[in-house]
Amino acid sequence: MSRVKDRLRIGVGAGFADDRVEPAGQLVERADLDYLVFECLAERTTARESLSLAKDPEAGYTPRLAERMERVLGPCLERGTRIVTNMGAANPPAGARLARRLARDMGLGDLSVAVVEGDEVTECLRARPDLPLLESGAPLESILPRLVSGHAYLGADAVSAALDTGAFVVMTGRVADPSLFLGPALHHFRWAVDDWSRIAAGSLAGHLLECCCQLTGGCFADPPVLEVPDLANLGHPFADIGAEGQLELGKCPDSGGRLDIATCTQQLLYEIHDPAAYLTPDCQLDVTGVDFVQTAPNQVRVVGARARPPTESYKVTVGYHDGYIGEGQVTYAGPNAVARARLAGEVILRRLADRGFVYEETRVDLIGLSSMHGEGEGRPEPYEVRLRVAARAPDRAAAAAVGFETRAMHVNGPAGGGGGSDPVVREVLAAASVLLPRTLAPWRVMLMEGPS
Amino acid sequence: MTRVHDLAHGRAGDKGNTSNISVIARDTASWELLRRALTEEVVARAFARVASGPVRRYELPGLKAFNFVIEGALGGGVTRSLAQDQHGKGLSYLMLAIDLPDGNTPNAGEGA
Repeated sequence: MSRVKDRLRIGVGAGFADDRVEPAGQLVERADLDYLVFECLAERTTARESLSLAKDPEAGYTPRLAERMERVLGPCLERGTRIVTNMGAANPPAGARLARRLARDMGLGDLSVAVVEGDEVTECLRARPDLPLLESGAPLESILPRLVSGHAYLGADAVSAALDTGAFVVMTGRVADPSLFLGPALHHFRWAVDDWSRIAAGSLAGHLLECCCQLTGGCFADPPVLEVPDLANLGHPFADIGAEGQLELGKCPDSGGRLDIATCTQQLLYEIHDPAAYLTPDCQLDVTGVDFVQTAPNQVRVVGARARPPTESYKVTVGYHDGYIGEGQVTYAGPNAVARARLAGEVILRRLADRGFVYEETRVDLIGLSSMHGEGEGRPEPYEVRLRVAARAPDRAAAAAVGFETRAMHVNGPAGGGGGSDPVVREVLAAASVLLPRTLAPWRVMLMEGPS
Repeated sequence: MTRVHDLAHGRAGDKGNTSNISVIARDTASWELLRRALTEEVVARAFARVASGPVRRYELPGLKAFNFVIEGALGGGVTRSLAQDQHGKGLSYLMLAIDLPDGNTPNAGEGA
């Protein structure tokens, strides 16, 4: 029996559904990884993919699954780098079948995939209309008629159990982001799920890695104050986790970007509220004592993570239909550009109202002046400004009229409006959250291997 | 006037209708100044046009950092917001654009 390695290297291949593809392959080829993790689910993705699944039983995984797998499967199999991913979204079995088919088609033989199921709790939610929505306090009942799906954030125990099957790939739906990374450590080191100092280290590793390049210089450059070397060639990060919970971060060799105390501190606080109680399914992570030590260029040691037992509930993301958003844009430039754009915005809203359309909310932005941070005093007027009108309504016709009336500004609005956008209408899949007792979302692992 | 951008860097994250923005001081003097001047009230005022609040500030002295949690900042939530920047990615630069009142310069007092 081979000795258990006392250091585990986990790299990250993607930090969001539309992340870049090529750097994941470079990381596998250059960084000698034990595991490669792809985190690809935004809040609404599982709901969106539940709609895809309703139309096609072999759909419902994330759209770029094939592209990512085609890039990394060969080098991962060659090096023994196992893959963990939530790209299964609303249909992990179909994602697994696709990955297995790709491996066969690429001449890589039989690919074993362990599928984690049980995160989907839609029917369970229908039976619990009393559950309060975390955001508004309103009962779940208020959105039940428009409910699309509910998915619980499963924890690292499910990922670890899937790895215990020996499968080369673990394909999940909704699993908490840090848990995707803690799972391999639990599996490899056989840490107890209540070994809080180690659970803290593994969870912190996951939290720091889950947004991928945001740890290594992505979303950071602000020249000349904050420079990021060779940003175009930004490299992905990895974590070295020791058997005792030691944690050291590194970056893909021969890549751009930077990994230092500044980038690590930004990512430590990313999407955290109370730094003493970051809730995951595995623990309540306390990062208030965390410290970073630069041990070499692009190499950072992390110490001081603490954890307490997790709460009794799973967080569940509930996706529901919430009407339609319509949008249109048109640009004004030169003398009085802002005044003409403001007038156009008023005219558009007036015409929409006169046509009898009713909106839950409307918004007029002047891109170039106030679209990102609202109106502010003392800002110079820009030479040109792009008017953007957006509105949300329960019915598609009302939403569609927004872009139509905006483009009509070419001829029927103030002087000199040009570059009107094609009208945009999109269906709103909103997300809310509820807490569900863990016992109501029992997970299970299904192993797919051999001829099918 | 001293601008927060002269003293710190930061990043915005989103959860539901809440934005959290880190503010990480460049040095000890900047940290002390920000601790004094970049209060919850100052931030709430700067964000009044984009967020309903409330604003909560968490301090991480070991990292010379703050975490500001700003509720009602994302147009009702990322998934249903009418904003161009639905995630509020750019809100970190509204934080960094805050001008602190006179008397708040990094070298005021003993400095560091």
